[in-house]
Amino acid sequence: MNQQLIISGVGGQGILFITRLLAETAIHKGLPVLTSETHGMAQRGGIVVSHFKVGDFFSPLVRPGQADGLLSLKAETVALHRHFLKENGWIVANAAPLSLVETGHPLAAMDADAAALAMGNPQLVNLMILGLALAEPERLFCTAADVERTIGRKLAGKQKELETAMVAFRTGLEARGKGVKE
Amino acid sequence: MHSSGRRRLMQGNEAIARALVENGCVMATSYPGTPASEILTGVMAWQKAEGTAMHVEWAINEKVALEIAYAGSQSGLRTAVAMKQVGLNVASDPFMSAAYLGVVGGFLVISADDPGPHSSQTEQDSRLLAMLAKVPVLDPDSPAQARELVALGFELSEEFRVPVMLRPTTRVCHACQDIHLATVQKQERRADFRKEPSRWAATPNFRYRLHLELNAKLAQIADYAPTAPRRLNSGAGSKKAIVASGAAAGHAKEIMANLGLMDKIPFFQVLQPYPLHTRFTEEILHGFDEILVLEETTGVVEMQLRNRATVRGKLSGAVPEAGELLPEAVERIIGEFAGVTVPAPPEAPAGGGRRPTLCPGCPHRASFYAIKKAAPKGIYPSDIGCYTLGANLGGVDTVLCMGAAVSQAAGFHHAYRISGEERDVVATIGDSTFFHAGIPPLIDAVSQKARFVLVILDNSTTAMTGNQPTPAMPLPGGVPVEISSVVEGCGVRFCKTGDPLDLPAFTSLVREAVEFACKDSVAVVIAKSPCLVDKSRPKQQRPQAEVEDDCTGCRVCTSQFECPALVFDEATKKVAVDQLICSGCGVCLDVCPSRSITRREKP
Repeated sequence: MNQQLIISGVGGQGILFITRLLAETAIHKGLPVLTSETHGMAQRGGIVVSHFKVGDFFSPLVRPGQADGLLSLKAETVALHRHFLKENGWIVANAAPLSLVETGHPLAAMDADAAALAMGNPQLVNLMILGLALAEPERLFCTAADVERTIGRKLAGKQKELETAMVAFRTGLEARGKGVKE
Repeated sequence: MHSSGRRRLMQGNEAIARALVENGCVMATSYPGTPASEILTGVMAWQKAEGTAMHVEWAINEKVALEIAYAGSQSGLRTAVAMKQVGLNVASDPFMSAAYLGVVGGFLVISADDPGPHSSQTEQDSRLLAMLAKVPVLDPDSPAQARELVALGFELSEEFRVPVMLRPTTRVCHACQDIHLATVQKQERRADFRKEPSRWAATPNFRYRLHLELNAKLAQIADYAPTAPRRLNSGAGSKKAIVASGAAAGHAKEIMANLGLMDKIPFFQVLQPYPLHTRFTEEILHGFDEILVLEETTGVVEMQLRNRATVRGKLSGAVPEAGELLPEAVERIIGEFAGVTVPAPPEAPAGGGRRPTLCPGCPHRASFYAIKKAAPKGIYPSDIGCYTLGANLGGVDTVLCMGAAVSQAAGFHHAYRISGEERDVVATIGDSTFFHAGIPPLIDAVSQKARFVLVILDNSTTAMTGNQPTPAMPLPGGVPVEISSVVEGCGVRFCKTGDPLDLPAFTSLVREAVEFACKDSVAVVIAKSPCLVDKSRPKQQRPQAEVEDDCTGCRVCTSQFECPALVFDEATKKVAVDQLICSGCGVCLDVCPSRSITRREKP
């Protein structure tokens, strides 16, 4: 299947990490993948955006109006990047539900900042949002179990990091229906 | 597909690195710079994984890096040097000369361009420097093609005994793709430098002959089949043709297919933009009435297709001459050229976003704050690195190029001196940038009696590009070179080191330096404090800041100190700490005029 995604937030949130998790999951499923990453000065707290394309593509960039979904790790990037979405493209966002503007797109949101702070590690927002994106089985090209296997491979031998990552990922996965706006 | 263990996700730079090792490159050098930085890191990783005997080094600058790798090629080995496009400016002297002298072992000069620009001071097109030097250049569209062109580049280089440039752009370097690993070729070559003074140490008379030789090589390279333009569709019979190169070719391939044009308009991909293949040039100019050229950033292919009446591109105005050629622009341009209606894509919002900023807890922020306190009316020349972001808090007045902070500081001093005025000048430069290009201007300043303060922001790493080592902190096996001994060796009589996170003491130190510079000569302050995002260092656990109720809302901490972890709350008219990002450096405790910031009890 072909799928195009935009993953965005601010520098330091681990956007490259979850982009690569998805890309490695695609490769493991035997699918061709192309992504585009933000490096350099923007990584110092500026807006960071990854383009992700699984299937038959030649360009690493998603054109405006072509993305199937937007994963937003910081609420403000919803307004900045929703123009990449197609008409029925979905949004999965880190936002206190009521603070998010109405976008006209199917939306799932959770307050991942608060959840990550409660776990004592703000660096976990990325995995929570990825988990939330996979909470709806048909949303992505892969399943939550596929991604969990990739996390397991990537953090093999780092038991403590792996456990924390899994807890964060499942927090997002299970956030659905618990105060999440859909 | 789970059996495909050799297929893996690789960033373009990693794919280039892998290809270097696979193709028997045994010396690789680089100076870090976005978007090229991960090439050498990748070579180091593959060298380790494959157990290959290699010399891999982060050199002090690109000129030195190129010269070291070139000597390896003169000794018969396959070698490569990697840099960003503005790095090639620094390395252009040996690059131009090496083109005349030629090579023995295959020699690749990898110069990564940054159309946009995303993280550079210019959008310059390295392919123009290849033309200037008369060096063939290869222009990949993707990580997979970059890998293919490394192999082809070494063959081309050895076939014609010329340096070859590989010119990836940001969208190749920082794209990731699934790539099959090939086996590493062991070349089994030994260094074997053969003396040939009329070539390797050629005088001008011989240089003329070498120039003729190079021109003859270029004529043959323009007829070399493996790098010839590729036609990507067959049967399309039209009097229009599209020619594309680099990342723009990747966008165009996808868009041509989406618009159903693949069986309508002949599409050619140029792999070697210079020299453009002679037969291709003739055939395309004779065969088509209208030719659209898509490439970044300058019309290098276009200017070699010598017919202004039929060729459309940057020179004709059909394609923008500045900025990144994004796929939505390529779609619009191809649509117009083919006469196909393309619906206007949704527009990006105007404005919004947020500017990059020094990290919360970054020691540079404290250094800039101290400099502003010590010399409030000073001129602040600065340089290339994270600390360019000191502009956000008014601590950076100029950024020109690597090392220019030092020479410009001297220049400002001399300009005011001859005008009969004294101005405090406090320049900032990072530790890696100081080593790269800051030493010659410091010697110049001392010998010319310039008077200014140079603050060397020493975080013991090359931070902006991903924490590469510096000569002061080399990789294991290297010999550290102390910054203070270099400064003293340049003849500087005031050189003191302080910790900027101890704001009051550091501010006093900068004041002392300003006074010294005012009456004596150049003063150097080394602001020594480690980078917070350097993963090689243990993460510090420090209690976060907390704002007390007596905050007056004066906003000194948010505007003058500009820490992103301090946020002014419009509702309460007070500042609050963003606990998601506060690093607990504690500098804001000394910045707050009403002493309303304290430390939390627990981290």
